[in-house]
Amino acid sequence: MREMIKMVVILTILSCFSGGVLAYLRNSTQERIDNQVLEFVKGPAVRTIFEGAGNNPIADRFTLKDGDVERTFFVAVYDGEPSSIAFETSGKGYGGEVGVMVGINVKDDQLMGVGVTTHAETPGMGAKAKSDPTFVSQFKDLPATEPVKVTADGGSINAISGATITSRAVSAATTTAGQIYQKLKPQIDDQLKGFKK
Amino acid sequence: MAKSLTQEFVKGLWDEVPPFRLVLGLCPVLAVTKSVENGIGMGLATTFVLVGSNVLVSALRKIIPSKVRIACYIVIIATFVTVVELLMQAYVYGLFLKLGIFIPLIVVNCIVLGRAEAFASKNGPVRSLLDGLGIGLGFTLSLATLGAVRELLGTGALTIWKDWGLAFDIFGPAYKPFSFMVEAPGAFMALGLLLCFMNLAAKK
Repeated sequence: MREMIKMVVILTILSCFSGGVLAYLRNSTQERIDNQVLEFVKGPAVRTIFEGAGNNPIADRFTLKDGDVERTFFVAVYDGEPSSIAFETSGKGYGGEVGVMVGINVKDDQLMGVGVTTHAETPGMGAKAKSDPTFVSQFKDLPATEPVKVTADGGSINAISGATITSRAVSAATTTAGQIYQKLKPQIDDQLKGFKK
Repeated sequence: MAKSLTQEFVKGLWDEVPPFRLVLGLCPVLAVTKSVENGIGMGLATTFVLVGSNVLVSALRKIIPSKVRIACYIVIIATFVTVVELLMQAYVYGLFLKLGIFIPLIVVNCIVLGRAEAFASKNGPVRSLLDGLGIGLGFTLSLATLGAVRELLGTGALTIWKDWGLAFDIFGPAYKPFSFMVEAPGAFMALGLLLCFMNLAAKK
């Protein structure tokens, strides 16, 4: 009996101690890890969209509540003015959700560009949405306030050959982004006004 | 019988070097050695876990009841592995992405549990520290060597630590990569050949 109690007590103490150490470490590294995730997963897309921005869009960001979802907005400064934002939405692709970073110029409500962040599309087919810049470059300068569609659906985007579903996913994600943008525009403008460059 | 402290450390580098001599812990050895950098990163992460768990297991060896010792070792090892995982995410995220699932899998790496059970539970903390360090560095060197062979033949380049600019294109652009070497079968072949050379060298 004594031995059993000893076993339970020691294993419990050890586990509690381990839990405590890990909880502390998790707390103290949380912020850095979040930054790293942004930098490595979303960073490449954001930087491509905001090429030539006068600031670091990854560092200059704010969050807004959109219903229950919290969204992160990256801000880009051009000519000394915070004039563009980018945020992530997703669309249903062939292999699951396709994450799309959408950049919008708030001055004229036009798309600055889009970029695929995360996806599980077929390599060589749908995966081209991320690796082949000619596809996403079609989104540049389209109005953000109107739905974006591929040509097969009566829109202006030429789908990647063999990957219509992926192309639709990116278009749908961009359309969603446009809707969210219009809904949140007042708050976004407020945030940008208070933004120091 | 009793070895000197230096011997405890050195044995891990050659006589008992885990992947080649004990042929232990082969899962990460085969999977992550696509480049020298991955090998070194994986090796150092394992070394950290090994040293930490060895010291702690050894310090607690008189308190831990023998019937639940494996459970206790796993708790200790899992703690250190999670520490490594968090630290890697915070400071070397790129490498963390490349090593992926193999970092959490250090928990079940038989080298770590093997050293805790076979060495640290019977020896003092200082010896266990040196043992962990030796075995860990031996493991790192093995991974780096295997990574070097595979990367050199498979891509013609050597990446030792990209963030520090230690990446070299050894054979130049004219080299036709033998890309089979960076795939899974190449790992088995390279490991087999290295084992063969080590045994030949040890025989003499």
